[in-house]
Amino acid sequence: MKKEYVMGNGAIALGALAAGINLVSGYPGTPSSEIIETISKYKQGTIHVEWSVNEKAAMEVAASASYSGARTLVTMKQVGLNVASDPLMSLAYVGVKGGMVIVSADDPGPISSQTEQDTRMFASFCRIPVFDPSSPEEAFTMIQDAFDYSEKYHTPVLFRPTTRVCHAYASVEISETTSPRQYEGFIKDSGKWVIFPRLSFANHAMIEKRNPQIGKDFSTYSGNTVEGSGNKAVFTGGISYAYAKEYLKDYPDVKLCKISTPYPFPEDFALKCLEGVDEVLCFEELSPFLESELLKLVGTHNLPIRIYGKITGHIAASGENSADYAAQVLRSFLGHFVANSGIDSSDAPTLPMRPPVLCAGCPHRASFYAVKKAMEGRKSYFCGDIGCYTLGNAMPLDMVDTCLCMGAGITMAQGFHWTDPESTCFAFVGDSTFFASGMTGVVNAIYNEADMVLCVLDNSTTAMTGHQPHPGTGRNMMGHIVDKISIEKILEGMGVCKIVTVDPLDFAKSVHAVKECASQKGVKAIIFKSPCIAISKPDKQMQISDKCIQCKKCIREIGCPALITVDGKVAIDPGLCTGCGLCSQICPVNAIGGDTHE
Amino acid sequence: MNKDILVCGVGGQGTVLASKLIASAAMNLGNTVHSAETIGMAQRGGSVTSHIRIGEQAYSPMIPHGSADVLLAFEPAEAVRNLAYLKQDGIVIVNSVPVKPVTESLHDTGYDGSDMLTYLQKKCQCILVDAKKLCADFGSTRYFNVAILGVAIGTGRLGLDAETVLNEIEARVPAKFAETNKAAFLAGVKIGETTLP
Repeated sequence: MKKEYVMGNGAIALGALAAGINLVSGYPGTPSSEIIETISKYKQGTIHVEWSVNEKAAMEVAASASYSGARTLVTMKQVGLNVASDPLMSLAYVGVKGGMVIVSADDPGPISSQTEQDTRMFASFCRIPVFDPSSPEEAFTMIQDAFDYSEKYHTPVLFRPTTRVCHAYASVEISETTSPRQYEGFIKDSGKWVIFPRLSFANHAMIEKRNPQIGKDFSTYSGNTVEGSGNKAVFTGGISYAYAKEYLKDYPDVKLCKISTPYPFPEDFALKCLEGVDEVLCFEELSPFLESELLKLVGTHNLPIRIYGKITGHIAASGENSADYAAQVLRSFLGHFVANSGIDSSDAPTLPMRPPVLCAGCPHRASFYAVKKAMEGRKSYFCGDIGCYTLGNAMPLDMVDTCLCMGAGITMAQGFHWTDPESTCFAFVGDSTFFASGMTGVVNAIYNEADMVLCVLDNSTTAMTGHQPHPGTGRNMMGHIVDKISIEKILEGMGVCKIVTVDPLDFAKSVHAVKECASQKGVKAIIFKSPCIAISKPDKQMQISDKCIQCKKCIREIGCPALITVDGKVAIDPGLCTGCGLCSQICPVNAIGGDTHE
Repeated sequence: MNKDILVCGVGGQGTVLASKLIASAAMNLGNTVHSAETIGMAQRGGSVTSHIRIGEQAYSPMIPHGSADVLLAFEPAEAVRNLAYLKQDGIVIVNSVPVKPVTESLHDTGYDGSDMLTYLQKKCQCILVDAKKLCADFGSTRYFNVAILGVAIGTGRLGLDAETVLNEIEARVPAKFAETNKAAFLAGVKIGETTLP
């Protein structure tokens, strides 16, 4: 055995390896991305690891592997589960053979997501079990249990850590060697693996009968715990348990009940916890899941117990919890005196804001700026998408009018075209997002005769989530060099009428390409191709000469973080400049030039 | 040992290495350690924090308000932003050189860090460290992260000895930079040992 100090996502990965997984698939998304990366780093023996093209593909690859008896892990963030929900809903009916665990990482806050959806609700909607770890250490053991339950009940199982568990670091003890499971292989049986209405009807009945059994089983699960005693109880789970425990560690006169398996709800366990209790506070993030389950339970059993939580307005409806918020609501629930031990900094001077911006030298800045300049004075819609380039919305670029979900920009540009045919409709999509869910939107535009300009911001990586490879990068998670799938050829094959590939850092050519495409009918595409600055080595640095007239056009127009003012004069921050040269191309007096980097 | 240490700064300043050194040094001395870091969109140019919790009695991965023994701040405003985490008798070790927000050239707020330093000195025990001066001998302020860590170690407030941290630097920093990092660290230790808050 050896100790490893790892992130929660690392602990999940090591736990899955200890469970003998044979296959792992997923799509990058904060806060889940490091799971697959860790597996690829630590794996021993034959384990298939892939970044799938999207979450739906990941789910389906794993499903059939699991039909074959293999243990499979699928990873994604919570909004990825929406993409994968089509196969998952049906898979819940069909069931699995080899243990199949789907990690769907929730993001209360939200910190880096579009929604505050709750995977526990999804589990209840799909009628499949869900596990909710409260720490990296617990995630390590719990994911191994999740595989066992999956096999015991032949069902896919959800596992939902939240951001603070995924990104927290702790030590876990792992064995020096792990080996993938032996598995039987697929045994053909169309009555079992082919979903037809008759099978769905029968299996639906089976599932509704089975789930209360799982709930009973979960009532003795070691992850569901009760500490302390008294007539007041706190029901919690996941990271909120850690926050509550932080406060209650000094108060044994309260029952602290941790529910690690929210669905199917462990009713017997909860009823035992509720013995002798008058009042309950449900301390949880996202949806009032435990609260609803307890309300049902108390109602069904006619128990004289008051339940407080989100529904009653005692816990915030949205946003993430914290140790401080736990202390605040628990003090009020328990009638504790408010002690202020810290330093009051409410009278602090105004703090500078540090909003996220596109990096200095980011090629996306140049792409957006070229479109902006080319379309000046013409009515245009700019549909953004999910990735670093959503930051193109910030001033002074102000080039993202909409952002909805993965791939939506392409199809939304079409909706704007149909409601305002005189305008020019642009969609900006990154290379990874294009592969994940952009392609069908392009087919839709061509088939339905929309006019639009597709701008593929191809920086040869999945930058936002930590530079994962994708089908266009020529490298996969098995460490193989593979053929790069050409976005240009895909678009050509679909029948896009005009395709221009241009280096966005060549400003004049880029503006020309945009103007050309904007003036033509049909579906046109510009592939702005330049590597992500965070993974390419800059070879020069810009300098400002004394020709500078201090007009500050460079600062006002492109907002590059490397363009700063020192004593009121424009300067270039040598620590940030990557020598992309965009500023030199817009300077009206040619005062900015490039020098070879030291 | 029970210690809560908050490292804060601006993305790109090297807070992550400093916090990793603290965590691994504490572990090597037999302590249970938990930590949590800012990850994702806010990294470059944004406010970043690393929460390090040493000891068995830590449950929340983030330090509760009013609990941090030491606030190791790489930037004056970031120290103030995180001041609520500090214990009444905790200490702030802060770089006095400000980092202007990347949007400063667009919207000039005149931020220069001086208000923050005055405020900190009024509110709590603190040691001001001038990154530029401290790193002058090492040719680059990129060694500042280990240097300010050295100051913190020198004060004795982290409960970790310099030798253990030096071993961690040796183990974690690429050989090419290890010597300069060690020298910068020791220069910081000297300051920490001789400066009173």
